Amino acid sequence: MKLVLNPAACDGFGFCSEIVPELIGMDEWGFPVVPAGPVPAHLGPAARQAVNCCPRRALQLQPEVRAG
Amino acid sequence: MTAVGTSVDTARLLTFFGEEGRTTLPLHLEAYGPLPAPAQWAPGWAEHLMAEIERSGLTGRGGAGFPAHRKLRSARSAGPGTVLIVNAMEGEPASAKDRALWQRSPHLVLDGAELVAGVLRAEKVVVCVADDREPVAGLIAAALAERRPRGPPLAPVEVALLPGRFVAGEESALVRAVAGGTGIPAFRPDKSVPLRVGRRRALVHNVETLAHVALIARYGADWFREVGDPAAPGTCLVTVSGDVQRPGVLEVEVGTPLGHIIDRAGPSGPAQAVLVGGYAGGWVSSTDWATPFAPAQLKTLGATMGAGVLVVLGAGGCGIRETARLARFMAAESAGQCGPCLFGLPSIADDLEQLADGRADGVVWERLWRRVALVDGRGACRHPDGVARLVRSAMDVFAGDAAAHGQGFPCPASNAPSVLQLAAPVAPGKKDMYCI
Repeated sequence: MKLVLNPAACDGFGFCSEIVPELIGMDEWGFPVVPAGPVPAHLGPAARQAVNCCPRRALQLQPEVRAG
Repeated sequence: MTAVGTSVDTARLLTFFGEEGRTTLPLHLEAYGPLPAPAQWAPGWAEHLMAEIERSGLTGRGGAGFPAHRKLRSARSAGPGTVLIVNAMEGEPASAKDRALWQRSPHLVLDGAELVAGVLRAEKVVVCVADDREPVAGLIAAALAERRPRGPPLAPVEVALLPGRFVAGEESALVRAVAGGTGIPAFRPDKSVPLRVGRRRALVHNVETLAHVALIARYGADWFREVGDPAAPGTCLVTVSGDVQRPGVLEVEVGTPLGHIIDRAGPSGPAQAVLVGGYAGGWVSSTDWATPFAPAQLKTLGATMGAGVLVVLGAGGCGIRETARLARFMAAESAGQCGPCLFGLPSIADDLEQLADGRADGVVWERLWRRVALVDGRGACRHPDGVARLVRSAMDVFAGDAAAHGQGFPCPASNAPSVLQLAAPVAPGKKDMYCI
């Protein structure tokens, strides 16, 4: 699974970064920096929680699809 | 076949360039001959035209450079009823090629639009013009009026005046505006998902691309490929401005060396660099002027053909100051919907201004680099990515100047008049959350 952020929907509430700081960083303007790569298995549940806690529904967990 | 560089002989789109006035329908027909009627190719005419476009190697001339036939095939396979959107927004301040086409070859664009509408069995064609370019809408209306006596077109053509701003010409922003919404870019994680106007599928083509389609339909793919770069055939329109004696729109073969194009516009004096592609483009040093104006070769310099913009910076200008002005403009032109763009671009502009003033210490320098990396790829559209590319290219091309500025020695040119035409920034449509 990977995290996908819709930057146009995100309003920088920052809950996601508080829930999984190991995965989601915060830039100097208060907006989450979401890694492009796969979510490590042990952080899966926390990532799911971060997705569920986003007030703007800006964060999603998506299966990784190979482009082709 | 003409040699690369002698592009005056290869004018295809701007045949009447240099004469006063508009190319009327009789003049157009005299120059290019009649448009082959679809009936002549029946029943497989659409397939035939798409195959010719594929063989021609035509790519979109709006900036993205996507193969034209792939967009067409994908839209056609979805069945009839597509809305064909003709992108004539020309939000790039330094570009004048769309205006030049409507002035010189409006019927070529409309021929291309009609053909593509026919291929798609489109419901209608919507020609989108920025509302600050009303004279252009007048030119289009005049051309459409001339065509009316020939009978109904393959699809009805409408002209839409939409709010003009830098990001308004972005594909998804344009489709949203045509659908009656606000013309700001949409977040599209999967670009293969088609854009829609209501339930209708939408296809966006740039005006220059359509004009080329009209020529390919008449003269074929082999003719189209006679000039240009083997990997990027044909001609393209380039708007040259800045420190040149004859700023304007030129038609050149794709692959013409940058220096040749600039020479045609008559440099005002020794030049140090050129901004290639557009305001979110890349600076290219005058030492690289042998580089062909073609996608693959420009890519090696971190630049793209973009909207065909070349802004020449003379030896008396300051690349750092100009880049700071560009960054400030781009910051003001942000749609304001993504945090990293809304806040990051003004921060980058601040840092660049400090650097241009000679007030930047090591902290500012490091912060600028960090911020450039921080905005890159973090918007719904590619507006912030363009600024990142611009700043990186400036730091590369003007590396010596940047170092001197960073040590507190701004060049005397940092207060020289700008080579840029920066339109008055439009107030960004901020989300209510950020309104103060």
